[in-house]
Amino acid sequence: MKTIDVDRTLCDNHGQCAIAAPDVFRMNADGELEYEATFDDALLDVVEEAIDVCPVQAIFLKD
Amino acid sequence: MSRRIVIAGASMGGLRAAEQLRAAGWEEEIVVVGDEIHPPYNRPPLSKDLLAAPGSQEEALAAVQLRQRRTATDIQWRLGSAVAAADLAARTLTLDSGEELAYDGLVIATGLRPRRVPVPGPTAGRHVIRRLEDTLALHSELTSRSKVAVIGAGFIGCEAAATAAALGCKVTLIEGAGGPMERPLGHELSAGIRTFLQTHGIDCVAGKRVNEFLDVPGTYTEGAGRCAGVRLEDGTEVAADVVIEAVGSLPNVEWLAGNGLDLSDGVLCNEHLQVLGAEHVVAVGDVARYPDRRAGGPARRVEHWATPADTAKIAAPALVAGLKGDVVPEPAAPLPSFWTDIFKTRIQGVGSPALADTIEVLEGDPSRPWEGTALAYYRDGRLIGAVTAALLADRQLHYRKLVNESGIPAGADLAAV
Repeated sequence: MKTIDVDRTLCDNHGQCAIAAPDVFRMNADGELEYEATFDDALLDVVEEAIDVCPVQAIFLKD
Repeated sequence: MSRRIVIAGASMGGLRAAEQLRAAGWEEEIVVVGDEIHPPYNRPPLSKDLLAAPGSQEEALAAVQLRQRRTATDIQWRLGSAVAAADLAARTLTLDSGEELAYDGLVIATGLRPRRVPVPGPTAGRHVIRRLEDTLALHSELTSRSKVAVIGAGFIGCEAAATAAALGCKVTLIEGAGGPMERPLGHELSAGIRTFLQTHGIDCVAGKRVNEFLDVPGTYTEGAGRCAGVRLEDGTEVAADVVIEAVGSLPNVEWLAGNGLDLSDGVLCNEHLQVLGAEHVVAVGDVARYPDRRAGGPARRVEHWATPADTAKIAAPALVAGLKGDVVPEPAAPLPSFWTDIFKTRIQGVGSPALADTIEVLEGDPSRPWEGTALAYYRDGRLIGAVTAALLADRQLHYRKLVNESGIPAGADLAAV
């Protein structure tokens, strides 16, 4: 099962991932990223989408 | 025999195109040809963090290199190799080595190069920002004693000016015709950004063109020698050890000449990103001129970071469908988005604010953007864009939703090209 790892030293809270994959990533009221480390296989496409659109490329997939 | 799609251009557009071709079910050959020796990398940091502290070339590349999707396998990368010419009728490309490369399908992803300021003067000490090497070379000349003149106040000009000022340089921003980022953001917010830049010690010069590059006395012969600053159209001289030219870009389309295409501003495409007048050829990224189905208006190029990914998702399935004889799927109408960071203040935009005829302040005071503000952009009474400055991402997402919900104008499909 693949898991998501966001490098918090890179993450700049742009919020693009929350647009691409709102079931996995969201921005809280403090403007900070919250996310589910594990996700349903059916969401792999949108998670890859979120990885692509991150302006600082802070999102990683791990096996 | 296996069929081949060639992607001309190995930057982000080429990478996203290759990934989306595999995602669209293309299982035959993919060859990506690009003139840079580096694998695809992320350009926004080149005028920001990476310009401030690039480290060695290896460290700089590692910091910005883009990762290839793991589902995108078996892609042949031919880096350091430019496409010199194309014969679209014969479906062959000629590389700069003279080698001919045949294709069944072609993706145009050759992007842009910086425009230079077309006035006389010496060349040393003048910089542009597009490639990794540009940023490394510029960084090496920036010290806390440097006097820097930035020509052009678009995103890259403003970012470079802010980065140089943060490094302690004395910076003059020569805005030219419009104010800082005025074309995409509008006059009121632009004026607020100017105030912000001035507050941080940047000297902003409005409304004047550069007439000439000055030389260090005794070094200038026939374009050689070291640049010592610029002379403006009113005769004012701005002394500078380092000049940054940030006056826009030119599409790399010369290699497509002679094929009967409309290359007047990038390569003209339909809403599927299929190149008009050529079969089995699509374009992605900022070289593609295509109809904006959301904002309406004529076909245009979009020079935002998200454009390569957005256009690849439309172009790749259209190309694969054409090659397989399938029906071309309905194209998506992506919502453009962009951002800039100036002195750690983020400005984010969504939609096409540059095409607005009316701007409304939603919150805050645009004359003080660093305190937080949001603006709405309308065209023919319909919301087509929103911009936030110094607001948290959830506010930006809220406004994005409003722009998204305002949808696509009736008859947009017919308005194509």
